[in-house]
Amino acid sequence: MYVAVKGGERAIENAHRQLAHKRRGDQSVAEVSLDQISEQLGLAVDRVMSEGSLYDRELAALAIKQARGDLIEAIFLVRAFRATLPRFGISEPVDTGAMRVERRVSATFKDIPGGQILGPTFDYTHRLLDPSLAEGFVPEAPATAEASTAPTPRVTDILGRDGLIESSPQAEDGAVVGDLTREPLNFPADRDLRLQNLARGDEGFLLAMGYSTQRGYGRNHPFVGEIRFGEVEVEFLAEDVGFAVPLGAIELTECQMVNQFKGSATEAPCFTRGYGLAFGQSERKTMSMALVDRALRARELGEEALAPAQDEEFVMSHSDNVQATGFVEHLKLPHYVDFQSELGLLRKLRKEFAEANAPDAMKEAAE
Amino acid sequence: MKLSIIIDNFGSASFVKDAVDPVTPHNTQQAQRKAAMAVLAHAEAGEIAARLRNLALPAHQDLRTPENGLVMLRGRVGGDGAPFNLGEATVSRAAVRLASGEVGFGYTLGRDSEKARLIALCDALVQSRDFGPAVERDVIAPLREQLTVRQKQAAAETAATKVDFYTMVRGEG
Repeated sequence: MYVAVKGGERAIENAHRQLAHKRRGDQSVAEVSLDQISEQLGLAVDRVMSEGSLYDRELAALAIKQARGDLIEAIFLVRAFRATLPRFGISEPVDTGAMRVERRVSATFKDIPGGQILGPTFDYTHRLLDPSLAEGFVPEAPATAEASTAPTPRVTDILGRDGLIESSPQAEDGAVVGDLTREPLNFPADRDLRLQNLARGDEGFLLAMGYSTQRGYGRNHPFVGEIRFGEVEVEFLAEDVGFAVPLGAIELTECQMVNQFKGSATEAPCFTRGYGLAFGQSERKTMSMALVDRALRARELGEEALAPAQDEEFVMSHSDNVQATGFVEHLKLPHYVDFQSELGLLRKLRKEFAEANAPDAMKEAAE
Repeated sequence: MKLSIIIDNFGSASFVKDAVDPVTPHNTQQAQRKAAMAVLAHAEAGEIAARLRNLALPAHQDLRTPENGLVMLRGRVGGDGAPFNLGEATVSRAAVRLASGEVGFGYTLGRDSEKARLIALCDALVQSRDFGPAVERDVIAPLREQLTVRQKQAAAETAATKVDFYTMVRGEG
C-alpha cells in the first residue's frame, strides 16, 4: 500500500518564522550590520569567501548573518547564490609576486629581499582574553615607517635560481585548465584540479590532513619557505574590449612550503614544494593546503603512498564541506519508508532466529 | 555594433597561451584606457560620479545595460607555474556609447552596476578627442592621486611591522 504523508507545511513555515526570530535574538540589542561583520569579523568573511569559492565580501557577510554565524551554512548559501549568476569568463592568472604585501614571513631565510614583514598577525600574542575589548575599545593609530620601494620577490623564486628547489611545473601549450565546477571529478586528478579542490576545501579537514602528515602519516619534512598576504590586481581579457581589463584588487594569502629533497641518477637533489593559495587572510588554510598539496604529489615523486593525506581520491572526495554536510545532514530528513522496509526485514529475521533457537520442548510441543 | 548579453572569453582563456602579453601597451590609447580603468576600478561609484559632475557630459546611451556575473579567478602553481582555477568573483559590467560614436566598457569586481556604467562612460570619454584631456585631468588624475595616497599610507603602516634583525655579539670579538 502506498501512503502519502502530508501535513508538514504549516510546521515548516512556522519553524522558519521562529528561526528568523531566533536569528534576530533579543530585539533590545542592536542589530549587527553587514559592514560590521565585514569589518570586525573579517577572517570569518575570508573563510566563507574561500570555501564558498566566491570573492564578494558583502555577500559573504550577508551569508554569515543569515546563517547565524554557522560558517558552513554560510558557505552553502554562497555556493547556491553563485549558481544563479552567468559566468563572463576567466581572469588572467594573478601575479602573487607583484602583491602589495601586507604580511610576508619566511621560516627558512632570515634575510630575504624586502624583509620579514609581520603585518596584522595573531603570532606572538599571548592568547590571553582581553577584557578591554569587551566594550568601547578604541585602538591606537597604526605605527608608520618609511616604506621601501624594493620589490618583495617570492622566496621560492630566489632559491629556485640556484637550482636548490624544484621549479614550478609549466603548462604545456594548449593544455586545458581543469575546472571542477564544470566537469565531475575523475581520478587520477592533475595538480590544477587538486589545487582548485583544496582551495575550496574545508579548513578543518585540510588542517587535520596536513597535521597527520606532520605526525608521520606521509611525512614530507616541511618548512615554510614563505607566507605572504596582501592585495593583487586582477585582469580579465574581455573580448569585447580587446585587451586585458583591470577589474580591481583582491586580497590573497599564499603559502610556499619547502619539503624534503629528492634526486635521481639523472637529476641533482633539490627541495620539493607544496603550494597553498586562498582568498583573504587565510594562513592556517593555505599552510594546510600546501602540506596536503605536497602529500598528494607522492605518486608523481615516486614515494610510497600509504597515508590518507597521500590518497587523492580520499582527500578530494571528502574535502568539500558543502558536499559533506549535505550527505551527513540529509540523514535527519524523513526516511520513514526506507526505515519501514528495514524494520520489516529485521522483524522477519528475528522471527526466523527465534524459531531456529526455540527450546526442543517447544518444538516437540509444536509438533 | 551589437553586443550579446553573455559574452564569455572561454575560447581564448581556456587554453594556456604563449607567454606573449596580448596587451603590450604599444598602442598608446589602449595603454591610456587601461591605466584609467585601473584607477577607476579602485574608486567608489560615488567618487567617480562626483568627479564627473564637474564635466559638461556629451549625450550618451547604454550599449549594454549593466549586468552582474562571475569571473573565474586563476592562480599559478607555485606562484609562477601552470595556471589553476582558484575560485570565482562577482563582476559587474556595462558598455556606453557617446553620441559621437566612441564606445566605452566598464568592468569591475563586485556587484555595483552603477560603478560599471560610470567606468564605461569614462572609458568612452577617454577615447574622445574633445573630452579625453578633461576626463584625465578632472576625473582620473584626482582619483589616481587619492589611490596613491591610500596605498602609500598602507605601505607605511606595513613597513612599521618589518623586523630589523640584529646580532647579539658574545665574548671577545
